[in-house]
Amino acid sequence: MNLATINIAAILPTLVLSVVGIVVMVAEPFVGEQKKSNLGWLAFAGTLAAMLSLVPMANNRGQWYSNLWIVDDYDVFLDFIFLLIAAITILTSMDFLRREELNHPEFYSLLLFATAGMLMMAASNELVMVFLGLEILSIATYVMAGFRRADLKSNESALKYFLLGSFSSAFFLYGIALIFGATGSTNLLAIADALRSSKIQISLVSLSAALILIALCFKVAVAPFHVWTPDVYEGAPTPVTGFMSVGPKAAGFAVLFRVFLTAFPSIEDRWGSAIWMVAALTMILGNVIAVVQPNIKRMLAYSSIAHAGYVAVAFAATSDRGVSAALFYLLAYSLMNLGAFAMVTIISRKEDKLVNVTDYAGLGSKRPGLAAVLSLFMLSLAGVPGTAGFAGKFFIFRAALESRLVWLAIIGVVTTVISFYYYLSVIVQMYMREPHDEFSDVRLCGSLKFALVISAAGTLYLGLLPTRVLDWTTTAALR
Amino acid sequence: MLETWVPVLIFFILVAGFGTVSLVLSYAFGPKKPDARKLSPYECGMRPIGSARERFSVKFYLVAMLFLLFDIEAVFLFPWAVVYRDLKLFGFFEMLLFIVVILAGYIYAWKKGALEWER
Amino acid sequence: MLWLIPILPLLGAALNGVFGKRLSKTLITSIAVGSVALSFLVAVREFLTMLSLPESQLPILTDYFTWIQAGRFQAQFGFMLDHLSGLMILIVTGVGFLIHVYSAGYMAREEGFYRYFAYLNLFVFFMLTLVLADNYLLMFVGWEGVGLCSYLLIGFWFTRKSAADAGKKAFIVNRVGDFGFILAIMLIYWTFERIDFQGVFSRLGEASDFAVEPLGSVGVLTAIGLLLFLGAAGKSAQFPLYVWLPDAMEGPTPVSALIHAATMVTAGVYMVARSAAIYNHAPGALLVVAVVGAFTAIFAASIGLVQTDIKRVLAYSTVSQLGYMFLACGAGAYAAAMFHLMTHAFFKALLFLAAGSVIHGMGGIQDIRKMGGLRRVMPWTHKTFLVGTLAIAGIPPLAGFFSKDAALWAAWNDANYGKLLWLVGVIAASFTSFYMFRLLILTFYGSPCYTEQDVHHVHESPNSILIPLIVLAACSIVAGFAGVPPVLGGDNHIQQFLTPAAHEAKSESLGTTAVELTLMAISTGAALAGAGLAYLFYVVRPALPERLSVQAHSMYSIMLNKYYVDEIYDSVVVWPVVRMSGEFLWKFVDAFMIDGAVNGIGRLVRGSGAGLRHMQSGYVRTYAGWILLGGVLVIAWFLK
Repeated sequence: MNLATINIAAILPTLVLSVVGIVVMVAEPFVGEQKKSNLGWLAFAGTLAAMLSLVPMANNRGQWYSNLWIVDDYDVFLDFIFLLIAAITILTSMDFLRREELNHPEFYSLLLFATAGMLMMAASNELVMVFLGLEILSIATYVMAGFRRADLKSNESALKYFLLGSFSSAFFLYGIALIFGATGSTNLLAIADALRSSKIQISLVSLSAALILIALCFKVAVAPFHVWTPDVYEGAPTPVTGFMSVGPKAAGFAVLFRVFLTAFPSIEDRWGSAIWMVAALTMILGNVIAVVQPNIKRMLAYSSIAHAGYVAVAFAATSDRGVSAALFYLLAYSLMNLGAFAMVTIISRKEDKLVNVTDYAGLGSKRPGLAAVLSLFMLSLAGVPGTAGFAGKFFIFRAALESRLVWLAIIGVVTTVISFYYYLSVIVQMYMREPHDEFSDVRLCGSLKFALVISAAGTLYLGLLPTRVLDWTTTAALR
Repeated sequence: MLETWVPVLIFFILVAGFGTVSLVLSYAFGPKKPDARKLSPYECGMRPIGSARERFSVKFYLVAMLFLLFDIEAVFLFPWAVVYRDLKLFGFFEMLLFIVVILAGYIYAWKKGALEWER
Repeated sequence: MLWLIPILPLLGAALNGVFGKRLSKTLITSIAVGSVALSFLVAVREFLTMLSLPESQLPILTDYFTWIQAGRFQAQFGFMLDHLSGLMILIVTGVGFLIHVYSAGYMAREEGFYRYFAYLNLFVFFMLTLVLADNYLLMFVGWEGVGLCSYLLIGFWFTRKSAADAGKKAFIVNRVGDFGFILAIMLIYWTFERIDFQGVFSRLGEASDFAVEPLGSVGVLTAIGLLLFLGAAGKSAQFPLYVWLPDAMEGPTPVSALIHAATMVTAGVYMVARSAAIYNHAPGALLVVAVVGAFTAIFAASIGLVQTDIKRVLAYSTVSQLGYMFLACGAGAYAAAMFHLMTHAFFKALLFLAAGSVIHGMGGIQDIRKMGGLRRVMPWTHKTFLVGTLAIAGIPPLAGFFSKDAALWAAWNDANYGKLLWLVGVIAASFTSFYMFRLLILTFYGSPCYTEQDVHHVHESPNSILIPLIVLAACSIVAGFAGVPPVLGGDNHIQQFLTPAAHEAKSESLGTTAVELTLMAISTGAALAGAGLAYLFYVVRPALPERLSVQAHSMYSIMLNKYYVDEIYDSVVVWPVVRMSGEFLWKFVDAFMIDGAVNGIGRLVRGSGAGLRHMQSGYVRTYAGWILLGGVLVIAWFLK
């Protein structure tokens, strides 16, 4: 390795995020209490700059740094989703941190580091690299989950996430070790090559694939590896919950698709059916348990499990069409779920306390604008035509049917119908129940409005004119 | 491929065997005359005060963690120094970058007052 | 620039719809009238541009974006300007502009002034989308949009039950037609694998697998033609779907003029003329169009003979005149149909607006038996109404004479039952003349049949009402000269103008000049006879109608009750549907079966959800246990 082999452009977005994260962190002690919000805007600018630097990165397709790092359309599209998630989360958190007197700009640093980890995961062509990204993401997220230090629930959330996360990391590491033992490499393409030759111990490879699958299933929270999700989501500060429900999930799926479709296509007969069962179980469990949740954060936690199930359906299709549908869905889901959590952040108010579905009673008559926006997100999550959620589900079920996964598609549609119950119950509360709250202390500052506008506009755009983005995901899915 | 690791396996067995054998032997043949003083926890020859399971101040952990971080940094420097000549200029800049990042963390910790015992 | 034409009214609708509550009436009026006026100017400019282009460069097609793409199915959001749509946008924006001006005066004291103009502008937008669309699906969007606006405006006074019911009736009856239209679009896609006009017509023109289907056989093209006509019959109020139009008179009078006389109801005629290429391949469908058109013409005219509500007479007259247009279409003379559409837009809008002026002046009275002698009180209204009456009755040289004659001449030349259709048309023409002169005489002549106690202060209307009347009257006089037939020394401009766009089969003239002149004389004679009869009945011997109605009592009461069509529909269609849905669908299927099943499933889901949440103990060790269990299962599955 020498200076000439360094390709800055290929890692530019990650680099930008890391540098801005470090700058925000180091600047924090030097900045006065009043100006701390400015660091939030700096972090926001960092995500925008990283988004811009996707352009030079996209012009440097190929494998770099001893084939550790890969740049392709798949990578670029996912990076776009990750950066969008980070940007919206920053906008949502700014007011929240001020309101909760948690205005420590380290939060933004952690968020940027976590995002950098996600970018690494999407771009890694190598299992150890994946692990590195995964840990950078996870450790930052553990801290963010416990960011409300004085709150017991937040502590509980962070500790549970940390313990169980470490547990799953162990599975991942063990999987890497075994695959290295079996094939002599951790590079995805090299593994795929090795698997094509017949001298491989297939049971060893299957075992390591199973271990890697388990660890990633934990990250994306699909059943039966989802049990940590409700507790962790409920306790974490609401904007962090929003981030956790989309960011690590999208990154986890990014790795799942890349690893299994690149390295393990030759043993698809083993993992394809496993994903089928996982997807079915996840859709059923997530949607059914969500029905009885009185707490909206827990409800959305189960809903996020259910949505992971839908993406898993696209995974089970194991086709380019499936990958493209999953990418589309990840973008759609990120926008609508972040929007929903931004609304939950607004309504929960001081101390993040008002998070029961009944706390939304009468919002429609007191604050019609907010109620309308939240209704849009709920309808989109439920998958009503004209919204991003519908387009996403439609593409996924189409991909499933094309791969002859008829029963999985049927389970998906039936559980979607069940999901209408709990999404619409929020709307019922807002419009058909008497308000017992004036909602006069609900504040809506500029950055939050901005976040809501981006999410709502994106949700509608993807729902009404999905063609252009679908074209993009289709090229991104071709390997 | 796995055959090359057979010596390691033998080594593991030897280590485990040695530990087990010595423990079993001393348990079997050692004289045992317990009394109250012998069974109490050892604390520099003094009579123990209070419970041994005491809470330590969180400050210890902070210092320990900071120590660990910079210690690892120093550990990284050793192998780097060994191959420094082979890596040439690339190695220099690479390590410079690494140290700058650690330094940023150091400045942060310092300004936040993590290095002061009394605050 | 084409997009600007529909966008401007849409913008007006949006502004008035969203902010109208806070704006002053002057501002609302300026936005509404101004947007349509601008749209009219742009339309004129585009029309002139189109005229300056050589025929080979027509039609002007502009695709804005791909609207729907699903597999091989593709629908563009695109506009098409040719002679046919060019004529329509001028009528829609021109007449629309005049009626907006009129409305400013007519609706000045109404609640919901802004709502009215927002709807009206929205209507203009959808109508323009309908006529400019370059494919059937986009046309359908405009088609549904005008239907929606029509519904909203019929029920504008929604607190009045009859108005709300009329709106509902219009909507539901139109659904029947729309059903046919949708099926037609599907069938078109199924047959041609595309839905844009140019694509469909060019495939019809080239491919030999689309031969003309002979009369009597029902091939796919005949099916398409019939289904399209079902849609057209709904929108253009043809038998048997005409029943909504007379009830639609519950809406404000300018709405009746714009939507239910001049523009929307002619959408069906436009659609048939637009699909001429399909109809020319399906003579069977054409014959149905002609027969239904002729029947509607005479049927509606006969009902009009005895009605006493000024607007209802005009409504039945509209249905009857639309019948003429379909008669012309059915005879393959699409240009004649469009010609009559244009002149009808002028004189029928004029008649409605003048009727509105009368109603306005009389303080809301619509019964012509309570009017009379208004000539002296409302001189300008009277003069313009007279022009309208002469025009619609077909008295030369006003507009209606030329266009109606073109339609009748086309019917005569039709190879199938042409002479019979012509005869029906002529009789209907004499009916038309009779009821129009009856209306004119009872309203404006004789002595007043009202007392000052009933009606206070009968007055002439303000200028904003009169000026549109005068402009439309002028148009009703001169518009006919666009289509003076060769036998009268003209060169039938409009025929030549529309021929390329209307895909008209070059007619080998069957009749000679002498025949044509004779027929013209006969139809003029029929018109004059109708007028004379009206004069005899209502001026010379006013007791005569009374005696007649007693002597021919059964005939009279059948016509007065509109042949009991509404009652028949009520007992044959409405009542069974209501009973079926009330007793069976609601009480048994919905309340018992569906609700029961839904509630049962709901309880099941809630129950299992409540059970499953016990997975969530809150202890990390339990969670780790679940993960471990799942892990073991996955590994076992992998190693099977």
